[in-house]
Amino acid sequence: MPWFQKSKKIQSTQKKAELPDGLWLKCDNCGEIIFRRELQKNASVCQKCRFHFRISSREYIEMIADEGSYREFNADMKSSDPLKFKDTKRYPDRIQKSTKKAGMNDAIRTGIALLNDRKIVLGIMDFNFFGGSVGSVVGEKIVQATRRAKEGNYPFILICASGGMRMQEGLFSLMQMAKTSCELAEFAQTRLPFITVLTHPTTGGTTASFAMLGDVIIAEPGALIGFAGPRVIKQTIGQDLPPGFQRAEFLLQHGFLDMIVDRTRLRGTLSTLIMHLHDADDSESEEQVSTVD
Amino acid sequence: MPDRLALDFEKPIIELEKKIDEMKALSGSSKIELDDEIARLEKKAEKLRKDVFSSLNRWQRVQLARHPDRPYSLDYISRIFTDFIELHGDRAFSDDPAIICGLGRLEETSVMIIGHQKGRGTKDNLYRNFGMPHPEGYRKAKRLMELAARFGRPVISLIDTPGAYPGLGAEERGQAEAIASNLMVMANLPVPFIAVVIGEGGSGGALAIGIADRVFMLENSIYSVISPEGCASILYRDSSQAHKAAEAMKVTASDLQKLGLINGVIKEPPGGAHRYPDICADNIREILSEGLNELSSLPVDELIAKRHERYYKMGKWEQAKE
Repeated sequence: MPWFQKSKKIQSTQKKAELPDGLWLKCDNCGEIIFRRELQKNASVCQKCRFHFRISSREYIEMIADEGSYREFNADMKSSDPLKFKDTKRYPDRIQKSTKKAGMNDAIRTGIALLNDRKIVLGIMDFNFFGGSVGSVVGEKIVQATRRAKEGNYPFILICASGGMRMQEGLFSLMQMAKTSCELAEFAQTRLPFITVLTHPTTGGTTASFAMLGDVIIAEPGALIGFAGPRVIKQTIGQDLPPGFQRAEFLLQHGFLDMIVDRTRLRGTLSTLIMHLHDADDSESEEQVSTVD
Repeated sequence: MPDRLALDFEKPIIELEKKIDEMKALSGSSKIELDDEIARLEKKAEKLRKDVFSSLNRWQRVQLARHPDRPYSLDYISRIFTDFIELHGDRAFSDDPAIICGLGRLEETSVMIIGHQKGRGTKDNLYRNFGMPHPEGYRKAKRLMELAARFGRPVISLIDTPGAYPGLGAEERGQAEAIASNLMVMANLPVPFIAVVIGEGGSGGALAIGIADRVFMLENSIYSVISPEGCASILYRDSSQAHKAAEAMKVTASDLQKLGLINGVIKEPPGGAHRYPDICADNIREILSEGLNELSSLPVDELIAKRHERYYKMGKWEQAKE
């Protein structure tokens, strides 16, 4: 056996020794070995380097909403394959696979919740479903969530994680940018805050529509945020991208974010912002808690 | 006729036309009587054009939409509008030659015209950045949409871009924010807005000047969520499969009309807009003045409500079975 193959083998054994057995895992960023339960307690943020692990839409709900207060709506809305799209696989098959993987019917959950006893509409995109891509269902669910917020006089918080528009629905997907913008333009005529939280990654048409339309725009540390993906830019300009390019810190520096908020402080920040911006009518919101479906 | 860049399916037509031209020259310079033969060939050429152009596949239409001789915004502006005055700059960073804006007159109405502008030839294309705008282009468009609104002038947009430019400066200066902010402004713009896709409707870069009361497409133009090449490189890991992606994404004017995503298809004569720019300009003008007549009678609230309604209807879904 040639020597170089041998060395490769040794390397892989070493790596294996470091891998988690379920209780422990290694930080993707700094390599620190972390006790999984510790990590979960800390909003999946590495204590040592503040690396933000990806978390699911459910975990965001648990983190932000008052315990047990979240009532999801439109959960069984599902894509209907308007183009009969097929590449190497049929689109409905891809959807089915994503549904299995992420445990949801499309890339966003929308619902009503309490945040420190105040009613909010909360939408959370989930990157685990089809890369958080936006098609007809995501567009419609955002529109309906916006309307619920308007009808109930609630703030609207939208947590974004998305690779952009879903090409399997062709121009229907692109038009979701227009559709959500129309509804948000109506929402902007009210005095209800629309707050977006941009998590890793938020790119493409998602950034170029509702994500960037927040009255206040928050990002998680280190999140990749941009219009074109780094690979496309690299291909276009034919050179490597500068370090930190399109990261949350870069966007903050260039004036496109209101703030970067560590996930452990996200709930508190959202709550304070809403206190500042929203005139809640307490008697009314009590009544409406019971009417949530 | 100068030699044009010919697409494969155009070649038989162009060869036949060349032959006709040669015969005409011969017939003029000598006394040989060729009129009958010329007439016969001209009929044949017309039939050939019709046959070829009535059975184009989607990829062939993509190629036509990108044809280097295809009329661009300025070619249509000079043919459709009078008294055109170009207005420049975003008042913040620079002027972007990939988007041209200006005031022009359509019959008795002054309108704001906003269009992507591609270049003709290498030097011009570098200047126009191949019709791919930077954020400042979109911000110029927004500034002038708002100006149009202030003076109660309708907006006409001509869409023709491969997409918003994916570069360092563009990202640094907020390409996404520029597009998003335009969408919001167009959604509530209190004047009639008509958009016409004249060539390539390249994703968000196209939509950034395309939320309108009426959206039309020239027969051989395309509109898509991602370029066929981009789609193919993701789905097939091979951008040379773009023709397959174009088929799957249904990017043509007639596809999108059938799907209810546009208001109508504007005819191009067989041969395409690059051969008959005057006729296409006339067809566009007719659609625009008809549309403006209808829209200008609507009260502003109704205009905006109907515009929103147009987009709320876009999307298909079903209920998951439990």
